[in-house]
Amino acid sequence: MDIDPATSIARFENVGLRYGLGPEVLQDVSFELKPGSYHFLVGPSGAGKSSLLKLMYLAHRPSRGLMHLFGHDIATAPRAALPALRRSIGVVFQEYRLLQHLSTFDNVALPLRVAGMREANIKRHVEELLVWVGLQDHMSARPPTLSGGQKQRASIARAVIARPSLLMADEPTGNVDDRMGYRLMHLFEELNKLGTTVLVATHNESMVRELGHPVMRLDGGHMHVTPGAKPAPDTPLRADSLGRGTLRGAVT
Amino acid sequence: MMLFSRRTDLPLDRDALSRFLPWLIAFMVYMAALAQAGLVGLDTLARRWDTGMAATLTVQIPTDLDSADEVITRRVQDALNMITDTAGVLRATPVSEQKVQQLLSPWLGAVEAAGVPLPRLIDVETDPAVDLDVRVLQQKLTVTIPGVQIDDHGVWLARLIEMVRTLETWAAGLLALILSAATGTVIFTTRTGLTVHAEAIEVLHLTGAQDSYIANQFAGRAWAMGFKGGVIGLLFAVLTLIALGLVAGRLQTGMLPDVSLSVLGWVLLAVLPLAAGLVAGLTARVTVMRTLRRMI
Repeated sequence: MDIDPATSIARFENVGLRYGLGPEVLQDVSFELKPGSYHFLVGPSGAGKSSLLKLMYLAHRPSRGLMHLFGHDIATAPRAALPALRRSIGVVFQEYRLLQHLSTFDNVALPLRVAGMREANIKRHVEELLVWVGLQDHMSARPPTLSGGQKQRASIARAVIARPSLLMADEPTGNVDDRMGYRLMHLFEELNKLGTTVLVATHNESMVRELGHPVMRLDGGHMHVTPGAKPAPDTPLRADSLGRGTLRGAVT
Repeated sequence: MMLFSRRTDLPLDRDALSRFLPWLIAFMVYMAALAQAGLVGLDTLARRWDTGMAATLTVQIPTDLDSADEVITRRVQDALNMITDTAGVLRATPVSEQKVQQLLSPWLGAVEAAGVPLPRLIDVETDPAVDLDVRVLQQKLTVTIPGVQIDDHGVWLARLIEMVRTLETWAAGLLALILSAATGTVIFTTRTGLTVHAEAIEVLHLTGAQDSYIANQFAGRAWAMGFKGGVIGLLFAVLTLIALGLVAGRLQTGMLPDVSLSVLGWVLLAVLPLAAGLVAGLTARVTVMRTLRRMI
């Protein structure tokens, strides 16, 4: 049974995940992400945060339970239906996962090319965004020559270029200092205000407390959701533009 | 399918195997071109022999220096009469003495001066539709003309044609073998590419790429490498064939019919690089699609 995607971005009911014949890394996980919400995903190492994100960005299917994404039942969705769903999801991977042989421009252009956009439009969009994230001088540079912060901005640009409905980040502050970490979180807030549903997995408990968004806590494969200090927005804003200002200001 | 893709998201042309693939394909296309030229050439040869020589016999009447010319001429005339009366004979023509000397001169030199008795020959053209029994004709002739011999070209010709047909089967088998080797090489190269670029492919997948988007990148690259290898291989093959043609021309042997390639033969050769590109591209595409189907 499919669910109206207007009322629910993601919905998990008693979801379990195991790799092969191994033990369950996620057990009876239940939660719901409403459109325009912002959640933190916390928990000790090995608690299953990355596994949960892998389910969410459709790198795995659940072993059991009900999992709906954008209204689609993921356990039964045909393989051919997944690429279109993935295009609605932006992911900032923990190790960035930029393609090492491609320029910054081509890395950021990837989601648009995959979606079949015309090159002329791609050029315009990517250049605009690279200026916004302050990488306009590094468009033809390859990832190995970029600094950690530049790689991160390239990775964020790739995650948001196709205006995803759901943005996920796996330990985005893990490899950067606190100052940069806060600026990054500020950027996610900005994107969230534009209507993007955000889910951030992090170890940084002090930042989680400070920002006051609802927290999904994973421990031993089980999940507990605690509401945040800030109320979740009732009506999400439409993401018509990426907003003014620059990410460079937010992140560097 | 992308033909010559300008841009790929995967660094496929930097793989060590990809650098060797055009040369491997060049070698295979070279072999295939020679096998194919051999096949077409042999087929032409067999057909010409079949139609040109199968329906002929040569009757040989021995002479000796003691026999008077009139005796020999009468024997030839008797033989001619008997042969012409035989059912299935279309025509019987005596070969002139000068022609016989001319035919034998490469082997015996000026035979007349050496005083060697030359046999008289009669060319007999038979109707291929009528089953003429050579042994019956031989017996009939032997009664009046002692020592007469009939050369039935059909027997050794049949053997030659059989040999040519065997060679043709062998050439066709070789072509099939080369095709499967080429396909296998492309499958192996593609699978290695999939393994080497597994990380990049996963990122493409997670970005929302369809299987066909990834498969087309492999196919485009394989097509380009196959075509490139095909052109190189064909170039070497044509040079080899021209060289062989020159050598054969210098032999000037009247025994071998003209076996130079027909227009069809050249067209088939020219198609080889395209075929190599297509086989490589399609094989890569199918391999990638099959492998990716196992992913989520």
